[in-house]
Amino acid sequence: MNDMTPITTKPKDWETDQEVRWCPGCGDYAILKAVQRTMPELGARPENTVFVSGIGCSSRFPYYMETYGFHTIHGRAPAIATGVKLANPELDVWIITGDGDALSIGGNHTMHLLRRNLNCQVLLFNNEIYGLTKGQYSPTSRVGTRTPSTPLGSVDRPANPCAFALGSGARFVARGIDVHKNLVPVLKAAYAHQGAAFVEIFQNCIVYNDDVFAPFTEKAQAQGNQLWVEHGKPLLFAGGQKGLALDPERLTLKVVDVVDGDASGVVVHDQTNRGLAHMLVEMPFGPFPMALGVLYDDPAPTFDEAVVLQNAQASEGKRPDLQKLLSQGQTWMVDKAPHVI
Amino acid sequence: MATAVHEVTPEEASAHPKLESVVVRFAGDSGDGMQLTGGQFTLSTALAGNDLATFPDFPAEIRAPQGTLFGVSAFQINFGSDDIETAGDQPDVLIAMNPAGLKVNVDQLKAGGLIIADEGEFTERNLAKAKYESNPLTDGSLAKWQLLSFNISQLTLDAVKPFGLGNKEALRCKNMWTLGLALWMFDRDRQPIVDWLKAKFVKAPLLAEANIAALNAGHAYGETAELAGPLKQHHIAAAPAEPGLYRTVTGAEAISLGLVAGAQLAGLPMFFGGYPITPASAILHHLARLKEYQVTTFQAEDEIAAICSAIGASYAGQLGVTSSSGPGIALKGEAMGLAIMTELPLVIVNSQRGGPSTGLPTKTEQSDLYQAVYGRNGDAPMPVLAARSAADCFEVAIEACRIAVQYMTPVMLLTDGYIANAAEPWRVPDMSGFAPFPVKFATEPNAPEGKFLPYQRDEKLARPWAKPGTPGLLHRIGGIEKKNGTGHIDYSPANHQEMTDVRHDKVSGVRVPLQKVELGEEKGRLAIVGWGSTFGPIHQAVRRARRKGQDVAHIHIRHIWPMPANLGALLRNYDQVIVPEMNTGQLKTVLRDQFLVDARPLTKVSGQPFRIAEIEAAIDNALGGQGGGEVDADPTQLPEPASGHDDGTNRGAFSPQSAA
Repeated sequence: MNDMTPITTKPKDWETDQEVRWCPGCGDYAILKAVQRTMPELGARPENTVFVSGIGCSSRFPYYMETYGFHTIHGRAPAIATGVKLANPELDVWIITGDGDALSIGGNHTMHLLRRNLNCQVLLFNNEIYGLTKGQYSPTSRVGTRTPSTPLGSVDRPANPCAFALGSGARFVARGIDVHKNLVPVLKAAYAHQGAAFVEIFQNCIVYNDDVFAPFTEKAQAQGNQLWVEHGKPLLFAGGQKGLALDPERLTLKVVDVVDGDASGVVVHDQTNRGLAHMLVEMPFGPFPMALGVLYDDPAPTFDEAVVLQNAQASEGKRPDLQKLLSQGQTWMVDKAPHVI
Repeated sequence: MATAVHEVTPEEASAHPKLESVVVRFAGDSGDGMQLTGGQFTLSTALAGNDLATFPDFPAEIRAPQGTLFGVSAFQINFGSDDIETAGDQPDVLIAMNPAGLKVNVDQLKAGGLIIADEGEFTERNLAKAKYESNPLTDGSLAKWQLLSFNISQLTLDAVKPFGLGNKEALRCKNMWTLGLALWMFDRDRQPIVDWLKAKFVKAPLLAEANIAALNAGHAYGETAELAGPLKQHHIAAAPAEPGLYRTVTGAEAISLGLVAGAQLAGLPMFFGGYPITPASAILHHLARLKEYQVTTFQAEDEIAAICSAIGASYAGQLGVTSSSGPGIALKGEAMGLAIMTELPLVIVNSQRGGPSTGLPTKTEQSDLYQAVYGRNGDAPMPVLAARSAADCFEVAIEACRIAVQYMTPVMLLTDGYIANAAEPWRVPDMSGFAPFPVKFATEPNAPEGKFLPYQRDEKLARPWAKPGTPGLLHRIGGIEKKNGTGHIDYSPANHQEMTDVRHDKVSGVRVPLQKVELGEEKGRLAIVGWGSTFGPIHQAVRRARRKGQDVAHIHIRHIWPMPANLGALLRNYDQVIVPEMNTGQLKTVLRDQFLVDARPLTKVSGQPFRIAEIEAAIDNALGGQGGGEVDADPTQLPEPASGHDDGTNRGAFSPQSAA
């Protein structure tokens, strides 16, 4: 049994002595700092914490966290994390992945991790590009993205990470921004959620896809285009001047003006409402703001609990006796020594 | 528990005891319950104290269209009073439940052998489906064999009439009727089958009674029918065997038990990640029922997740195991490299099948040896072991676990479809005879200033195993090249050279037992060198050849990689080396590469195991003898001379055709 008592740490205690090797200005630095700031607030113990990553820029992350860490192979972090968690369910398991890692080569594993509801956190750094391989378009790149592999612009439609997660059965779906202060509370909510917690983090790739999220991350754009949802509060943005209401005829959301602070008619966020979560993650950006924060949080029994429980129930009252096991089935005795030919 | 007291007969006591063994093949539609019938006949045969070997031969389709040639399912058993190591070359008795079963199997029946056919199924429609132009039971085309045909379908219906079953359900009892007849023919006890039927149909006692009635009716038919000639009772004496407790075991069962035993000897819980694939799934099924032995089984979303979850479990301190067959092993390749790079223990079981690609899912082959030894990117050495038989799987699985944890390395264990499915008697081992190899996890820093070096090495070059949850030993590992000692990312030229060398040296340094000669002298004119499931036919062929006075030895290699230290010198003691394999010559190539010996291939990739006669013919040919053994090799089972292999080294390579 591991010692699970929460302890007091400082962000510095979560830093390794390794030189961080991301490009200067990369959004990953901000995410690393946010995670290192989050860990003390969780009371987490470094020795009980495991960061598992796949391949890509984001997946270097474990080397910079003073915890146990496993930098695995492309796309397979969810599968490896599943083995880690089933072998020792007491560990805090964080999966660090990217848009290519989680949704292209590892899409299958991401889907199954979410539907099984393994108790862990999945942080998907979405920069809509392949950075480590020098700038090819990714499964989240928008149509028309010009890259070395799509010199005339990409023609295939992008995946929506949060819609993918909800569709796979995720019980916790959230969004954050690399440099936004709200990332820490989002990470804390993800950790508090019992089950697979999926967090899409908009991360700026300064070299290959700079400012791709600027329309809602730039200071000037932020207020008008970011909608930070809060459970039990109306879905307001633009400094409370606008809100989201239900269009009952089309069964979709619509943007409404809030006059004189009267938010009646504005939908109140219910993080346990799966239907609402679907609408929030599917809102087209432009006509709608970018929904951010904890979009969906409705816990369900976790896979690791179920496995542990079934193992315990199956073993209950049984005394494992290997010699007896070997002797099972229909057996017979040979009681005379053989003759010598 | 039954007791089979072995009485030594005067024949056995003489210097050259009479060899008595019989090969029976049950063949019918894949819905006819042939595997079940064969399995139960195997059990009763084991209880009678015979040594035995079986060969289940079934189609890849679960329910192929009824009556068709490709839907034929067969089960062959060889049993007798001498050591039995193969399922037998050619059947003495063929029990054909329909025309297709007859057509597919009759050519393999020994001349003069006995055919028992259910004439009730030889209808015009079924004959047409089996592509017979006339009824072979009446047109004289079976003249070279003895034929007994009666309407088993009708006899079964009559026998189960009192139970009021529908026609379809009643006919399902046909296999039990046939089994009853077979039990009578070979003087086998019905009681174990009766007990088994009662247990199987505990919720449907009527079906149990009907099946028992059919079983008894078949037995009574043999006993009372006024049939003279071939249908007379055979009594096969019990085989001499080491005293002890015996059971039958399939390779899949023995591997599962061996893995459980290996994990216990290592003092670890086991994590098994698997994905359904023929013929490896049986291991997942067996282990899924052993949760009280600290076994967690995980049916993953794909082959890659299966191995990756096992790697994750090993990282967290359990013994990770995964299993598959060739195509699935190919998918696991990258993850094997990760386990090699991160130096984590892992056991990978490959139940080989015919390839490439989907190949022959239910047929056997040994063609994944290159894949096991060489099949990864980069210089990625990994120990490889191969089991020779169902019973041998137990020990080999324990050995794989031992190497994995002691050397912190993935280990591949090769079996094949034949071993996985075949049953044989197994003397239940005494677990106190196995030395435990308990794992010692790292719990303390291993370097100055309280530092922990995850890639510091012991005398075996193994690194420490520190599992997450251990305070003070925080570290990071990964598939990227790392500095020896600290494990920090390091691409520098000297370090990659050093790490590549150390990974190579670690695996090369795995201590494996010296190579023994199974049969014959440690030098001479000819060595037959085998691995895996060809053990049986090679051993029998060499034994027969030696009885004829031929100077030939049998060498069987369990440790495919690294190879025993004395193997090269041993092989150079023989004038000739022949390597029979169910592939195009893979072990042969490795032996040539490792030891510069003139190993020659004897290859067969028909999806069927080697026949003893094929290997005897090869021995005769090499030693300038005359002709094959008891039976001629079947040229349709053998490769064309040109197909043997094509690596340019086969001038004068032995081809079985040249023996004919």
